Amino acid sequence: MNQRIKPSPARTQPQAPERARSTGAVTARTGMGDRFGSWLGHHREMWRESWVRFFASPMSSGMTALVIAIALALPAALQLGLTNFQKAVAGWDGQPQISVFLHKRAKESAVTSFADNLRGDPLVAEVTYISPEQALAEFQQSSGLGDALIGMDSNPLPAVLLVRPRGSDSASLEFLAERLRASALTDSVVLDMAWVQRLANLTELGRRMSLGLAFLLALGVLLVVVNSIRLHIENRRDEILVVKLVGATDAFVRRPFLYTGLVYGLVGGLIAWLLVSLGVWLLAGPVRGLANLYGSGFRLGGPGFTYLAGLAGGAALLGLTGAWLAVARHISAIQPR
Amino acid sequence: MIQFDNVNKRYESGQDALGRVSLEIDRAEMVFLTGHSGAGKSTLLKLLTAIERPTRGSIIVGGQNLNRLRNGQIPYYRRNLGIVFQNHQLLFDRSVFDNVALPLSVSGCSKREVGRRVRAALDKVGLLHKEKQNPIVLSGGEQQRVGIARAVVNKPALLVADEPTGNLDPQLSEEIMGLFRQFNAVGTTVLIASHDLELIARMRQRVLTLQQGQLIYDGYPSREPAY
Repeated sequence: MNQRIKPSPARTQPQAPERARSTGAVTARTGMGDRFGSWLGHHREMWRESWVRFFASPMSSGMTALVIAIALALPAALQLGLTNFQKAVAGWDGQPQISVFLHKRAKESAVTSFADNLRGDPLVAEVTYISPEQALAEFQQSSGLGDALIGMDSNPLPAVLLVRPRGSDSASLEFLAERLRASALTDSVVLDMAWVQRLANLTELGRRMSLGLAFLLALGVLLVVVNSIRLHIENRRDEILVVKLVGATDAFVRRPFLYTGLVYGLVGGLIAWLLVSLGVWLLAGPVRGLANLYGSGFRLGGPGFTYLAGLAGGAALLGLTGAWLAVARHISAIQPR
Repeated sequence: MIQFDNVNKRYESGQDALGRVSLEIDRAEMVFLTGHSGAGKSTLLKLLTAIERPTRGSIIVGGQNLNRLRNGQIPYYRRNLGIVFQNHQLLFDRSVFDNVALPLSVSGCSKREVGRRVRAALDKVGLLHKEKQNPIVLSGGEQQRVGIARAVVNKPALLVADEPTGNLDPQLSEEIMGLFRQFNAVGTTVLIASHDLELIARMRQRVLTLQQGQLIYDGYPSREPAY
């Protein structure tokens, strides 16, 4: 029986001079592969244990996770709404259009050659010619004011060239409009760009606001995690002292808390995704109705799998970072006295 | 095994806990450290376990100079040390087995090896049949034995005990001392801080006595009193 406790030979032999002794030599009793295996094993065990601990106190863990979830769901929902908005207006934003109203007395042949000329212009993607007769017919059909026009003896509408430019940057648009204006046939040029810019600006505004909100709320999540992990550390103070005295490295002591932070973040991200999904599900009906009324086939896009992965991954990273901050501050302060 | 050379420890409060203490303890020796409370016993043990660092002088344990020990090396140093505490410092949120296994899981032992060594250590202190219990249901003597099993499970070359019988009755104390003697018999260096002079006298081992931070006695008390 005594033999089992007997110190191993390596430890009873005379020690080398202390200068030559490294920590490696002291701990060489366990093989390298063995140590790596157990290191991995400890990670696995801490991962499992952090889940056990999470569900061991479902109320407090659940509340922390829910706070994280709500803080993340807000910017996530905003972001999703923005994506959907961009998708909804995609049909009518990208391509600005220039309407060239021609002089009433412009000859049709001159107009056609002008249009052909324009089609050869590298700045122009497409030119549509609308004759006064076509314009009148369209106007009668869509405006419902057809009867009012019947009484007129001549067609008041001019011929129009709808020019779709190739580029959409405002400088080249202005340049093109200027050239169109210069033509003798042109009466006036309407560059319908203001609303495009307005829309782009609004979208950008929304994007930045959601980014700012996301940043602030991420900071909030970080603080929540730091605080919960700090409490965990306080609760396990005795354990930390004992394992430090029996030779635990700081990494070993940190590990369970880092995993706990990771689990908080992961669960929070998961719940956030569920909250956003629920919101989309609730809004999908009314949005479809609204889209139908506008004659659009637009459907609200839900947070898909990539969204789930991004949200859960980001939240887990936040949880881990928060845990790191808490651990870096509090664990080194716990030293045996 | 242990070499103190002119070791001085002054706490930040300016109080000298140890003043110019020099001593040497050989491998496989069993030594008692005694003295009134405040004499410097705890300070000496704290220096030995790298909880505190000496203000002056050098400490060499097992060929390793503790003055040169970097903070990151302290855990590895402690793995060669068995420490028994007066209040045994067991964790009541886990079984006896898991308490004893702590030093092994900390140093990265394989699961099979952990099981083997923990059972060997528990067998040695006679508590193998209680491995699954929570230490909180054990008696004071049994708890201390679990603490000892935890201290020796790593097969340390040096076993340090701080008042290991502080809260135990004479018979239990005798049992605990018997355990230490057994470990010493197989080559472990044992240093026990205690103020139980009667018990120490019965053990007939080398005694170091501290008084106000000074080493005032170093020898084998036979009939003469320690101080």
